[in-house]
Amino acid sequence: MTVAVPHSAGTRAARVPARPGGTGARADRLRGALGALGLALAFETVPRTGLVPAEHLPPLSTVLAALAGRAGDAALWRTVGTTLGGWALGLLLAVVAAVVAGLVIGSVGVLRTATASTIDFLRPIPSVVFIPLVVLLFGADLGATLFLVGYACFWLVLIQVLYGVRDVDPVARDAARSAGLGPVAQVRHLVWPTVLPYAVTGLRLAASVALVLTVTAGLVIGSPGLGREIWLAQAGADIPGMYALILVTGILGIGVNALVRLAERRLLHWHVSVRREVTPR
Amino acid sequence: MTRPVRVTRPARLVRMPRPPRWAVRPLAALGLPALLVTVWWLASAGSTNPFYPPLRTVLDAFGRVWLSERFVLDVVPSLRRFALGLLLAVVLGVAAGLLIGSSRVLRTLLEPALAFFRALPSPVLVPVLLVVVGVGDAMKVAVIAFGCLWPVLLNTVDGVRGTDEVQLDTARVAGLSRLATFRHLVLPAASPQIAAGLRQALGIGLILMVISEMVVSTDGLGHAVVRFQRSFALPEMWSGMIFLGILGFLLAKALEVVERRVLAWHHGLRRATGARP
Repeated sequence: MTVAVPHSAGTRAARVPARPGGTGARADRLRGALGALGLALAFETVPRTGLVPAEHLPPLSTVLAALAGRAGDAALWRTVGTTLGGWALGLLLAVVAAVVAGLVIGSVGVLRTATASTIDFLRPIPSVVFIPLVVLLFGADLGATLFLVGYACFWLVLIQVLYGVRDVDPVARDAARSAGLGPVAQVRHLVWPTVLPYAVTGLRLAASVALVLTVTAGLVIGSPGLGREIWLAQAGADIPGMYALILVTGILGIGVNALVRLAERRLLHWHVSVRREVTPR
Repeated sequence: MTRPVRVTRPARLVRMPRPPRWAVRPLAALGLPALLVTVWWLASAGSTNPFYPPLRTVLDAFGRVWLSERFVLDVVPSLRRFALGLLLAVVLGVAAGLLIGSSRVLRTLLEPALAFFRALPSPVLVPVLLVVVGVGDAMKVAVIAFGCLWPVLLNTVDGVRGTDEVQLDTARVAGLSRLATFRHLVLPAASPQIAAGLRQALGIGLILMVISEMVVSTDGLGHAVVRFQRSFALPEMWSGMIFLGILGFLLAKALEVVERRVLAWHHGLRRATGARP
């Protein structure tokens, strides 16, 4: 324990987990703020020094000014709303379909065996493959976004639900069966609580993928949303505007992650992983 | 509750004569795909709707388009860009991840930047790099590399942080140099997590490869598929979509095989210690 090794003090201390509210956490937060400040400063000064041409990467102040200009315009907020709407609806459709399909397929052995290879084949197909077809079917519309988001997210959640169903404790299942629980009651009281943490993991993965595809649909197909606005700004040589919109997209991404974390805590407040996170030892 | 209760499952107790394993597995694996393809074939056979050409026509187009010089003109450039971008991302991501993961100061300093880039949907890089790098191969490689970098980097950081403390202390007491510790302890310990990052990166990289070619390109798979769509060569378009789908599947499988080889020790260890996958 107390072996004196030259460079051990610094590195050893570095790995002691920070206690919330302790000095370690405060130093971390300070460094985090410092890092953010440094990043902002670099974003401001690098274009000014001419290291990167300012017409390619305008300084932060110019981007923020462009953002402020757009923030007063209702169009920006409508665009953000459209993006969030496409994201949420596509995600919702995928999650509902995947949970239902996963519960059915996972509970019936024959279905599980029969569909395994098909799922394995369809899952890694990137949904952007369908863009040409989607353009023909939906045009540059919300339907295009929903299709791309839905396809990609469905498999992510489905796989997790299938893992979850497989994880149901066989002893508990036998107990439920001998207690005379019907199939519906079994799903409600036994399978669902086991599956939920897995489904939420799938939801977390799917939430960020959904945003990626919502933006992609705008960029490539031109369906309404932030992606299209970014593309239009770029095409119109409004470079500060483009960066401003990208900044908004990034912030939206952070917000979406936070939202999903919140949902995770709400849905799984009874689960060990969340309880441990909320009340650390 | 007067429901009949079944405690044991008779099927397990009575030994039924079973067909051999090899006869059951291919049937289970190929049954549904064969059924789906048959349904597609029959349902589309008499199709006059140009959007849904008969599967037969699509397969004809498949042979004509992808088993010709198209392969060299469109597939090879796509795969080259994809491989180059992914390689760059892995080299940079693992190196930076090892560094950031092993220094708390560095990690906390970079936390906000990492959080932003993790949350930023990577397709927005296409217009940005179009401005900064210009149209061309370099732009596509940069888009793929930049997009794949974050999953690899962040997972490497997590993997490094998960290195066993006792083993680290042991390495230090045993007098291993920093480099040797990285090489023999930290990198292997982080490798399962790095593999997880690589799997995410593969998916992102494919998306970026396709869309960067769809948006601005003169060759590549994404470009070819969109070109077919715009010229209403719909059987060719369908064949391109099938080709891309098969490519996505094969790449994921290839990574799985490599991972199983490289991380055989890890999976073996987990089985031995009874840890859940």
